[in-house]
Amino acid sequence: MKVLVCISHVPDTTSKINFTADNSAFDKNGVQFVINPYDEFGLTRAIWLKEKKGASVTVLNVGGNETEPTLRKALAIGADNAIRVDAEPSDAFFVAKQIAAVAQEGGYDLIIAGRESIDYNGGQVPGMVAALLNWPFVNACVGMDGEGPEFNFTREIDGGKEKLSASLPLVIGGQKGLVEESDLRIPNMRGIMQARTKPLEVKAAVDAETKTSVGSFSKPAPKSAVKMIDAENVSELVQLLHDEAKVI
Amino acid sequence: MAEVEAKEYLKGGEFLIRTVESDEIFIPEDFSEEQKMMAQATTDFIEKEVVPQRDRFEKKDYAFTEEIMKKAGELGLLGITVPEEFGGLGMDFNTSMLVCDRISGVSGSLSTAYGAHTGIGTLPVQLYGTDAQREKYLPGLASGEIMGAYCLTEPGAGSDANSGKTKAELTEDGKHYKINGQKIWISNAGFANLFTVFARIEDDKYLTAFLVERGTEGMSFGEEEHKLGIHASSTRQVFFNDCIVPVENMLGERNGGFKIAMNALNYGRIKLAVACLDAARRVISYGVSYANERKQFGVSISSFGAIQQKLAEMTTKTWVAESAVYRAGQDIENHIIRLQEGGMSSAEAKLKGVEEYAIECAILKVLGSEVGSYVADEGIQIYGGMGYSADAPMEQAYRDVRIARIYEGTNEINRLHSVAMLLKKALKGEMDLMSPAMKVAGELMEIPSFDTPDYSVLFAEEKEIIEKLKKSILMVAGKAVETFGMDLEAEQEIIMNAAEMLIEVYAAESGILRAEKLAKQKGEEAVAHEINMAKLYLHGAMEQVAKHGREAIYSFAEGDEQRMMLMGLKRFTKAANPYNLKTLRRSIAAKVISDNKYPF
Repeated sequence: MKVLVCISHVPDTTSKINFTADNSAFDKNGVQFVINPYDEFGLTRAIWLKEKKGASVTVLNVGGNETEPTLRKALAIGADNAIRVDAEPSDAFFVAKQIAAVAQEGGYDLIIAGRESIDYNGGQVPGMVAALLNWPFVNACVGMDGEGPEFNFTREIDGGKEKLSASLPLVIGGQKGLVEESDLRIPNMRGIMQARTKPLEVKAAVDAETKTSVGSFSKPAPKSAVKMIDAENVSELVQLLHDEAKVI
Repeated sequence: MAEVEAKEYLKGGEFLIRTVESDEIFIPEDFSEEQKMMAQATTDFIEKEVVPQRDRFEKKDYAFTEEIMKKAGELGLLGITVPEEFGGLGMDFNTSMLVCDRISGVSGSLSTAYGAHTGIGTLPVQLYGTDAQREKYLPGLASGEIMGAYCLTEPGAGSDANSGKTKAELTEDGKHYKINGQKIWISNAGFANLFTVFARIEDDKYLTAFLVERGTEGMSFGEEEHKLGIHASSTRQVFFNDCIVPVENMLGERNGGFKIAMNALNYGRIKLAVACLDAARRVISYGVSYANERKQFGVSISSFGAIQQKLAEMTTKTWVAESAVYRAGQDIENHIIRLQEGGMSSAEAKLKGVEEYAIECAILKVLGSEVGSYVADEGIQIYGGMGYSADAPMEQAYRDVRIARIYEGTNEINRLHSVAMLLKKALKGEMDLMSPAMKVAGELMEIPSFDTPDYSVLFAEEKEIIEKLKKSILMVAGKAVETFGMDLEAEQEIIMNAAEMLIEVYAAESGILRAEKLAKQKGEEAVAHEINMAKLYLHGAMEQVAKHGREAIYSFAEGDEQRMMLMGLKRFTKAANPYNLKTLRRSIAAKVISDNKYPF
């Protein structure tokens, strides 16, 4: 089994989010980047497939060379090799086209991506990849078992869970549940040293349209202070809700 | 053709007599991606495996300490510098510093267990062991299957380690040594499997080291000691009653134990300094987040200058200590490489590499542990009454850091040692202290130079100040040597003054050079906070040098000579353009407050 794990290079969850002066882009200055947490669940699941079923695991990122430390971390955790498509990930369609091209060329039969990336939260890429390849797609996947080529999956749906099965080749949009947080691996020191010698191939992007363009970014308005009103004083509450909050 | 002169590397202690440039020093920002990944993995390990259960340390759960140590072994954190052929990673010295830094901050209990195991528990075997000893023990020490401990201190032999009374006597058949004696304050004793034990054979001048496995007949243990801090660091007495150890377990040569002990201490000292850093960072992060959250008089207490001042000083001292520690760490690594390239064996080079910078190791031990103590103390103060409660994290940090000023040689011993080693180097002709000291003495008689540096160049004045601070030390120490000769040893107060000056100058210089190197790499604007911290620290160092210089001068110089020295000192410790300290501190604090954690 050849597994392709898509790795987004995203700001650490504790980062302070700022935009460039004209609000047209995210300001990367001073921000620490990590493996997209949704992808990390997928990566760990892929490594289980490697350890239990002898799968090979390739990690893939579409981005500039600043994303290589993130790929090398995935190698240190246990992936066999890495591919970076050297291009600015301009929108979901562009990225999906790149992933589909790599998947086809490399003969992969399982693609695991996070259900979304925590930077722009588009949540579109894995679905688009499945559509481009005409493969089955299991989104919001929280469980996977079976020996392959057919697998049983559990996915999260509104108000409950859905069980389904599908055969390789297929695409998974993964999240917590695919493995648990306690299963996530900290790379060991030897793994980090070995990552140096594992192959990291840089590929040129295939032609693909960018179908969306960004207008501008803005931050949510800061929360205003909470006003406490005495429980006895209902009339003041009503008046404030009417005049200030304008909700009644 | 222009003559290119390769600059000689900076030898141990030489910073005092020569100008150091920023491109000569290593700064933490220079760590490679791989080293940073190792540091991050170590931090992730601590956050995931230790932080959620850190209370267990306070409940004296020694098994937890052992469990975390074993897990650290599985991750490869115990064998960073152990050669690959013995199951380690064979990484460089500064990487081992970095990992030690990140593993040590969460709890003094773990820090002590880690330091005792990887430092004094493993290094003597790694550096002095025979091939057979290394094959037998090193892989287990690197993986965590074997836990190490080190038995040097005795009830009557602490700082004066060589006065230990434990005896080793050759048995009649010549195949064993019989060890008798008592060791005290032995870290990891409760769970260690391998003990490096120091004992005297017959009436030898120096001690000899032996490797003693747990379970050897005649070896027994005292109860766990109850301590002020590091509650889950296992500390017991170890007793040897006709404990029979095979002769092949002698480590190094007969009479060579004291040398092993001292060299292990050089390592231990700089490692202890680095082990204090992450605790300080964590205290600062807790402190600022509490100050941001805690409201009094209707506002966050972090909006008060009195609190900002604390945050700025805590952060600055931590950042400067970090600068100094990793600077020396890389100097040591570079020297190890140089010695190996010169044909020395790896083990020998590692010993000599650290020994060369023994002065810096002693300086850093004091600096690291005192910065850690200062930060923990102020951390409690920021928390106010809550800081005194065992429910807040400061109380543990405060108790745990206290031992750092005591073990690995008390800070008093290290202060004395730093100056003594410097003078010894001069006496042995390894370093020319006398000519620069004479030059400074001559300068006192001359009319001071009115040349001023180009103040528009970053740190032009600061670097001049560093030179002048060095002159202050040379003036005071030079005169003290001239006055007391070999009897200076008995004037410990003056040596302490000199040591204080030395520590402050090494630290301040490290901060200035780091900020300068960063400014060259990223531009002054991008590193404005670092520049401010370097300046703030330098100011404090200047005040300390002036204070300790005066104290020393008052205590042995008299009359005209005293007046002249005091005038010189005043000239050497005065800034042409004094800083607005309030502004500096506020700007540093603003960064800490806005990041809501230690930001560098």
